[in-house]
Amino acid sequence: MSADLFESMKQSVIDGDEERSAELAQQALAQGIDPLVAINAGFVLGINHVGEQFGVGEMFLPDLMLAAEAMKAAVAVLEPEMKRRGTQREVLGRVVLGTVKGDIHEIGKNLVAMMLSASGFEVHDLGVDVPFQKFAEKAREVKADIVGVSALLTTTMTGQKTVIEVLDDMGLRPQVKVIVGGAPVTRSWAQEIGADGYSEDAMGAVALAKKLVGK
Amino acid sequence: MAGKINAIAHPRLSLNILSTADVHKIHTATLDVIESVGVRFPSRKALDILEAHGATVDRNTLVARIPGRVIEEALKKAPPIYTLAARDPSQDLPLDGQHVFLGTDGCCIEVIDAFTGEKRRTTKQDSADCARIADALEEVGFWWSMVSAQDQPPESRSLHELEAAWRNTTKHLQTESIVTEPEMQAAIEMAAALTGGKDELRKRPILSIMQCTTSPLGHDGGSLEAGLLAAEVGLPVGYMTMASCAFSGPVTLAGNLVVGNAEVISALALMQLAHPGAPVYYAAAQTAMDLRTGGYTGGGPEDFLFGAATNVLADFYNVPLSMGAFATGAKEPDWQAAVDNAFSSFMASLTGSDMLLGCGLLHGSRILSYEMMVMDCEIYSIVRKTLEGIVINADTLALDVIRSVGPGGNFLKHKHTRQHMRELWQPRLMDRRPYGQWEEKRDGARDWARARAQDILKNHQPDPLDPKLGAELLRIIASVEG
Ligand code: B12
Repeated sequence: MSADLFESMKQSVIDGDEERSAELAQQALAQGIDPLVAINAGFVLGINHVGEQFGVGEMFLPDLMLAAEAMKAAVAVLEPEMKRRGTQREVLGRVVLGTVKGDIHEIGKNLVAMMLSASGFEVHDLGVDVPFQKFAEKAREVKADIVGVSALLTTTMTGQKTVIEVLDDMGLRPQVKVIVGGAPVTRSWAQEIGADGYSEDAMGAVALAKKLVGK
Repeated sequence: MAGKINAIAHPRLSLNILSTADVHKIHTATLDVIESVGVRFPSRKALDILEAHGATVDRNTLVARIPGRVIEEALKKAPPIYTLAARDPSQDLPLDGQHVFLGTDGCCIEVIDAFTGEKRRTTKQDSADCARIADALEEVGFWWSMVSAQDQPPESRSLHELEAAWRNTTKHLQTESIVTEPEMQAAIEMAAALTGGKDELRKRPILSIMQCTTSPLGHDGGSLEAGLLAAEVGLPVGYMTMASCAFSGPVTLAGNLVVGNAEVISALALMQLAHPGAPVYYAAAQTAMDLRTGGYTGGGPEDFLFGAATNVLADFYNVPLSMGAFATGAKEPDWQAAVDNAFSSFMASLTGSDMLLGCGLLHGSRILSYEMMVMDCEIYSIVRKTLEGIVINADTLALDVIRSVGPGGNFLKHKHTRQHMRELWQPRLMDRRPYGQWEEKRDGARDWARARAQDILKNHQPDPLDPKLGAELLRIIASVEG
């Protein structure tokens, strides 16, 4: 029976149906299935499928988004039981992400956040127009591995440098890696300001983050 | 000195893209959204004005719900027709619904150097150079702050861009890069210095302002406050929506039009509530998100449809339109660039966009290419000629001429031919040579476009700016930097 249940879990994520995935998570709990098993043998397979299909151009960003939402809904149902059992999902790393002060462009930053969390990172999204200090404070608070700074304007990209300086001042470098991106940002700019990495798209951001946390 | 501007005047072609009933449906849906969902105005000034006029304002979310009739009444105060003045009055641009004027695209980050071909970060010198080229190209009606002067301080960068342009062109300037009150104040002073005072500036606005909305259903506080300042002194102000299907707007084109429309008309209404009768314009560059990358596509059939449909909306509200056309997503001046820019400029012109933005940038408005700039002008000249349509009268029907030549003759040495032959469109960049000549040289449009740009940069002398005025502009800029 649970083979069917796992298959339905996978399918609910592929369909991006968060009501269904939450309901299946409830069923798993009722049947006494270990939440981690439900996640790894059920829901995650759905995410993997969507990821693969996206990679070959058969599925699109909204598919990814909805799949991630369905996954989130299921995990939310399973979480209390995981806590009770003292188990945890493995996270690849903690990322603090935001668009820098003075800049309100959020589409690219949101995509990066979404792809990172779908790939297993714990993402703390600070939003847009984020004061420099806030990046560092949040990084300290959540013990971040990576701070990601987005800037879409030539007038705000210097803020990426300021964030690095603030992290430095607070003694958080080098244990916190800094990655940067956004329309005017280039590899050479990233090097110039001493960032640890740069990517021109969300897929690349995931690969970069994985590399930086050694995964 | 710059020559005459080749405007599209009295176009004879038209396109039926939205019926009157369609427009009403979009309008009604838009008012519903503004009234029941609301639009975010993150500016106390803006919220105070809206509240004083009957909007319900939430000071926490900064969302204003504005009654539909307030919007409608406010928009009625906007002048339907006005003129964008140029430093050289012979280059004034009447926004009278009978003309389409081409502008340059704006705010790019990198430039492909006209001489070395190297791609590099933009500087103030590039602002000056592209303004000089815009001054010389007859197709260009106005200069839209084309590059970011990245070697200048962020707080005064937008002003340096204007100063560089005013030194190099007598055409009208429009800027998108002023998003704070202090910069706007300084820009107004600079413009007033050139016209000889603020009263004169109100009569002859040699500068106009473009601001962006923040889709979905929002605005930027700085953009609103800077816009209000400009409207107060009578500089034409437009708000541009970039609502993008599937991301910052609904995936359906109609829904995306509603979201964008709500943003634009709520901002224009705000300007009218604060400064009744201030010249404003509708601006849009809507697109469909690329489903794979989330990218802003800058091209494709959805953009072309938006280009045409938006003009019908602007007509409905009886204000001029600035339509984002060109701005290809292509990385080089290539096949994709030509397809994107030909369709988008054609569709937007066919419905009579008053301002057509803009020529010269690649990679979604990020890279300035002088080759593209000159080639875009050629595309525009094709659109312009096409929109002249076919004139039918006794002379053009040419019955007498046909009679005199008869079956089997030719029309080459007929006077009628010589009389009218210069009405035929003449390419500057299209290759119509015999094959052998091409084979020998293997050059083409890009080479000729580059040569033209180089020639202009070496030889074109714009009408100089009075040195005293030039010094005054720099003084005003310095006061912002101080
Ligand atoms: C959409 C858009 C807007 C929207 C933003 C809507 C929103 N909610 O985000 C609105 C209309 C609000 C807007 C406003 C403005 N904009 Co704007 N905007 C754009 C546009 C067209 C697309 C940006 C976008 O969303 N792209 C799609 C996403 C998916 O791509 P992306 O952002 O590049 O992100 C990807 C990568 O860069 C990377 N990435 C991004 N962040 C990060 C972070 C990390 C850590 C990593 C690793 C990777 C990474 O991964 C992302 C996903 O693949 C660009 C032009 C362009 N083609 O880029 C101009 C552009 C960035 N804007 C520009 C300007 C000038 C403005 C305004 C100043 C205009 C005005 N006068 O109001 C304001 C700025 C207001 C402010 N204070 O920020 C200029 C900037 C020029 C310059 N010299 O700096 C541009 C280049 C357009 C232009 N040439 O005019 N804009």
